[in-house]
Amino acid sequence: MLSIFNLHTGSQAAVLPPDWPGNFWFHMLVFIAILFVFVILGVMAFIYIERRILGRFQIRIGPNRTGPFGIIQPVADTIKILIKEDIIPHNADGLLHLLAPAIAFIPALLIFAVIPLQDGAALADLNIGILYIVAISSVGTVGILMAGWASNNKYGLLGAMRVIAEVVSYEIPLALSIIGVVLLTGNLSMSSIVASQNIPFILLQPLGFIIYFVAALAEINRTPFDLLDAESEIVAGFNIEYSGIKFALFYLTEYSEALAISAIISTIYLGGWRGPLLPPVLWLLIKMIAVFIVIIWIRSTLPRIRIDHVMAFAWKCLLPLALINLLITGLQVITLSDISQWVIVAINFVVAAVLILLWSRFYRLTGNKLSGEKIEV
Amino acid sequence: MTFKTESFVVNAGPQHPSTHGLFRMRFTLDGEVIQDVEPIFGYLHRGIEKLTEGLNYTQDIVFTDRLDYLTSMSNNHAYVLAVEKLAGIQVPERTEYLRIIMTELMRIASHLMTVGFLLNELGAFMTPLLYMFREREKILDLFEMVCGQRLTYNYFRIGGVSQDVPEEFFPAVKKYIDSLPRFIAEYDQLLAENEILLMRTKNIGILKPDAAVNCSVSGPVLRASGVNWDIRKADPYSIYDRFEFDVPTGSVGDVYDRYRMRIEEMHQSIRIIKQAMAQIPSGEIQAKVPRILRPPKGEAYAHVEAPKGELGFYIVSDGSTNPYRLHIRSSSFINLRLLRELMIGTKIADAIVIFGSIDICLGEVDR
Repeated sequence: MLSIFNLHTGSQAAVLPPDWPGNFWFHMLVFIAILFVFVILGVMAFIYIERRILGRFQIRIGPNRTGPFGIIQPVADTIKILIKEDIIPHNADGLLHLLAPAIAFIPALLIFAVIPLQDGAALADLNIGILYIVAISSVGTVGILMAGWASNNKYGLLGAMRVIAEVVSYEIPLALSIIGVVLLTGNLSMSSIVASQNIPFILLQPLGFIIYFVAALAEINRTPFDLLDAESEIVAGFNIEYSGIKFALFYLTEYSEALAISAIISTIYLGGWRGPLLPPVLWLLIKMIAVFIVIIWIRSTLPRIRIDHVMAFAWKCLLPLALINLLITGLQVITLSDISQWVIVAINFVVAAVLILLWSRFYRLTGNKLSGEKIEV
Repeated sequence: MTFKTESFVVNAGPQHPSTHGLFRMRFTLDGEVIQDVEPIFGYLHRGIEKLTEGLNYTQDIVFTDRLDYLTSMSNNHAYVLAVEKLAGIQVPERTEYLRIIMTELMRIASHLMTVGFLLNELGAFMTPLLYMFREREKILDLFEMVCGQRLTYNYFRIGGVSQDVPEEFFPAVKKYIDSLPRFIAEYDQLLAENEILLMRTKNIGILKPDAAVNCSVSGPVLRASGVNWDIRKADPYSIYDRFEFDVPTGSVGDVYDRYRMRIEEMHQSIRIIKQAMAQIPSGEIQAKVPRILRPPKGEAYAHVEAPKGELGFYIVSDGSTNPYRLHIRSSSFINLRLLRELMIGTKIADAIVIFGSIDICLGEVDR
């Protein structure tokens, strides 16, 4: 058990500075507490950022009444949610209804165990770090299915069924696009992925980055893939029957998943904590917020995609592109290992542009039926 | 291996984010596909038709504001036209022009709302709606300048309008309609070429022209199906025969065409307002109407091209101060007939979009 937590065993990974008092488990506990606070505060900050920036996108101001610039609005939101009555609907499966929020939330939290906040500062620098993330992030879907099923509500069930179909489909391009990064690094560990990014992988893997970003949006069910809580169709989807602290947990899950995805993208594509001048943690935070702002931007701009289009997009567009990306990356790793990486950057950008152009020209989600049949009057 | 599946029933409404009020659709679903839909309404019934019988003709104008509260001016217009027809009142020139400017501004405001809500139902999270609201607010400001109200204007009077417009009104309208085409173009550029929007709206909810006519649909929904029927052209009321404008028609009759219709009609409304402002004479705004109006025995029907379709008022007079019977032919209610026609066989996400593209207002459906 301890062997996978190679914390104090080697010099490359130390949770806290080694001269700190206390033994391994004490350090572990302290770091877990730090991570937990990081996630909770991060979620609060993200909620605030989202509401303010969404307001700007929608030519309004956003929350500005609670505290200076509305900065304690998330606190007010939390208090309001927590003091609501906890309702379990009639005929609901009480146990599953109770467990679902926790099962949805814990995987989102667990992802942070392998995110290096700075050099060596990860709770567990697993040598299978990225695989662990791919594995653990799909567990949360079980919680969502449980919530939809247990609350004995048709909207909830519809939302849950949609999300299962969506997440299962998007796992595949997501994992395939990560393999491109793994090929370049030659290692699954998150800290070595960061260490090998002398050029950020967003430049070396532009196509992989786009695929990962789109698939991750689907994975965390943000717009335009927000089918599970499609407000205008199935009201709130899986969490429609939740209130009080259970709803708060789902809310927390949604944003901690967004936080996690921002952290993963920052780590594996944007160079993680690496950056000049500023402290490493600050660099990570800046990159996470930048990624999150792009997510908000997409949310405020695009309409929702229909469920069959979502599935078609995963299987007909993202999956082949991810496979081609994998093939090209593999060829480059084998044959072009000697030449300057900047040449590969240039090649990959051209390849990505050509492929995306090709797909957007010759591929239609609706099977080339966009022109429409004319009618005779 | 075969699975035993069964369809299930989902209620969308009466409390649902996309029902434009208190409306309920009872979907029978096979997975995501709609097998049957049953519209259930009446949640907003206020008995307006009966209430009008208890008040005199001038007082009844107030109720028309509350029919389709997004197009109050057009409702006012249809009602006063019917009463004027019944009582044989000739309206002064200036009033006619004022009325047309108001109703065309109202049409722009209503279409802005329709497009915004349609996009909201497509899942574009509030942003297009709020941009639409920005432009609509300016129209509401203009109306506030004219009559002091922002929602229920009660501006029209039998034989006239309640007051003449202030001096700064026409410059303000001119400024607004000069800026509007640029805004519409910008908005259209953002939306019309959006791949997600195209695949969500193209070939969704196709309404054939014969089906549209059979369902006695009117308004932009009918024209999107390719039927050239606009009461402003087909049966010119007021002074619409003096203006030059086109009636845009669609070719496919899908949700996208219905969206296009609204964008195009906004441009045509701008044209009409420009002409009306150039031609408007000065003079009286109120015809000589007795203080207590007693129209002769008889009946009259007047219809206008309201933003959502044909809005007609049928009034029977028994010679007293109150209408004997007043019936409202509301386009929202009649366009609802399309639900079954269009929704069965589509996915639930499309059904919501189709519903949004028909553009109903529950204040008018339930009356």
